[in-house]
Amino acid sequence: MNIVVAMKQIPDLQQIRIRNRRPVMEDVPLTLGKIDRNALEEGLRIRESMGDDSRVIVVSAGTPDVEDTVKEALAAGADEAFIVVDDGAGVRESSVSAALLAEAVRRIGAVDMLLFGEGSGDNYSGQVGPRVAEILDLPQVGYAGRVEMDGRTARITRVLEECEETVEVELPVVVGILADINEPRIPSVTQILKAGKKRREIMDAADLAVETGKQRIETVSNLAPETSRRREPVKTCEALRTALEKEGFLGR
Amino acid sequence: MAGILIYSDQDRFGFELLTAARSIAEKTGAAVKAVSINNPGQAEALAGRGADTCRVEGGDIRLEDTAAVARVLKKTVEALDVDVVLLSSNRRGKELAGRLAQMLDAGCLTDVSALEVRSGRIECTRNALGGATVAVQAVTTPRKVIALAAKAFAAAPEGAGRISDLALDVKGSGIRLLESRTRAGDAVQIEVAPVLVVVGCGLENREDLAIVNRIAAALKGEVACSKPVATDRKWLSEDRVVGLSGKICKPELALLLGVSGQVQFMVGIRDAGTIVAVNRDENANVMQCADYVMTVDLNDILQELDDMLGGAAH
Ligand SMILES: Cc1cc2nc3c(=O)[nH]c(=O)nc-3n(C[C@H](O)[C@H](O)[C@H](O)COP(=O)(O)OP(=O)(O)OC[C@H]3O[C@@H](n4cnc5c(N)ncnc54)[C@H](O)[C@@H]3O)c2cc1C
Repeated sequence: MNIVVAMKQIPDLQQIRIRNRRPVMEDVPLTLGKIDRNALEEGLRIRESMGDDSRVIVVSAGTPDVEDTVKEALAAGADEAFIVVDDGAGVRESSVSAALLAEAVRRIGAVDMLLFGEGSGDNYSGQVGPRVAEILDLPQVGYAGRVEMDGRTARITRVLEECEETVEVELPVVVGILADINEPRIPSVTQILKAGKKRREIMDAADLAVETGKQRIETVSNLAPETSRRREPVKTCEALRTALEKEGFLGR
Repeated sequence: MAGILIYSDQDRFGFELLTAARSIAEKTGAAVKAVSINNPGQAEALAGRGADTCRVEGGDIRLEDTAAVARVLKKTVEALDVDVVLLSSNRRGKELAGRLAQMLDAGCLTDVSALEVRSGRIECTRNALGGATVAVQAVTTPRKVIALAAKAFAAAPEGAGRISDLALDVKGSGIRLLESRTRAGDAVQIEVAPVLVVVGCGLENREDLAIVNRIAAALKGEVACSKPVATDRKWLSEDRVVGLSGKICKPELALLLGVSGQVQFMVGIRDAGTIVAVNRDENANVMQCADYVMTVDLNDILQELDDMLGGAAH
């Protein structure tokens, strides 16, 4: 079966600096979303559990460097990649990402399972997976903490705040993967070297029947919150107690 | 603006959505409506808070079938002439938001922590860039889907609402529920605790949680944790996770023990009154974001901290 894993190219959040409360994005390297790596790992695990000629195909939409980013996923074990590239001017809105990804999935053809992370590392809005499911008219199961296959039937445990529910659904289906479902494998050097040779289909967003210019969200402002923490060093527990006492946190 | 529709699978979030919807209605004159799906008890509860509630009863529509629930909402939106849908940003609500937005060709914002109507436009506040920034955004499409974070609004007070029935024909999408288990819930509400003692992965021994519990008790606070402590190690319940995918907290005091302070965590605690960070790494991000910083190995001071704070409190 064809297992498609959607992976988003995001800025390395640890490397974003703030200047005058504004995020400085220049020179911040792009990487794969952390939870997307869990989705990939789950895809690989399912492929292995099938014991047949199932394939894991990565889809991603991003800037021209998305190819480099996707290489990490190919190294980790994905079989091939379908990549949509655009000029990457600024942040792409979720509805546009979803339309591009859905179009890429259509080009792959027969897709049995489509995996997304529960949310992307940067925006964490969690809407792209459900949007793609709707565009492709597929059922969806989000926040999956366990996925098991029985032929063409997937048995999925959805972990919600107050309960865990196990559902059964026939393929094809869109599944949202929880961050703690697995521990992503680290590719070996040989795998990294081999990744360059794996098949990559690259599409230009401009050639797809997707209106990339239509933004449905307007950002009024995007600023780091103002903080003024004192960063006063405390050497001993006793000094800490004195400080907490002074601020009225003890003996209340 | 024609109408605002609220929906949540959970009554208590529905009550909060009602307050939010009314705050928009006050400025726009829009009518506020609520919907319950195969949940007559919820219809009663919402009406009991003064909501004009639409009761949808439809054979095979089940909560676990998100696509089908989205279809019900889409039809309700059309039947009631609604242009704003407010959902709860719990997991079911978020899962629903994107699907419904796609059906309505609408822009969608989730995890919205505040909203305000300015010049007829609903400006929403949410974290961006993993929590490094706070964005104010507005949906620009005629129809809008907005999912609100828990406790962003107070629950609506009691009132007398009306219930009406709406008959809809919606098909399921083939998802079958095999089993549903209640999760061993933790009654704790870290988002309202005045003091939080937060443990991160720097706490190396599970047994030390006993000491952490005592320190929290001495400070009259609750124990909370970073995400991996709950999800990877499973030492504490996920109800205690602080952060972007956990809870946004505003305690007067936060004592952070062995937390690195990455953005997704800090977003949950940055509005604390006083932050004390204890970490053996002086370069840990948390040290930049604290009022008091103690660079020390937790193993060396935990017991002393317990004696010291416990002693002071008793
Ligand atoms: C989309 C997304 C959402 C996320 N949401 C959340 C969220 O809501 N909440 C959350 O917490 N995380 C979240 N994360 C994960 C987050 O990025 C971090 O991985 C996590 O917060 C790290 O937890 P930690 O600081 O406890 O562990 P670590 O990063 O492992 O840090 C442990 C710290 O303890 C210190 N330490 C180790 N040993 C000792 C010792 N003996 N004494 C003193 N100090 C010691 C170390 O110096 C280090 O700084 C999210 C990630 C993503 C991608």
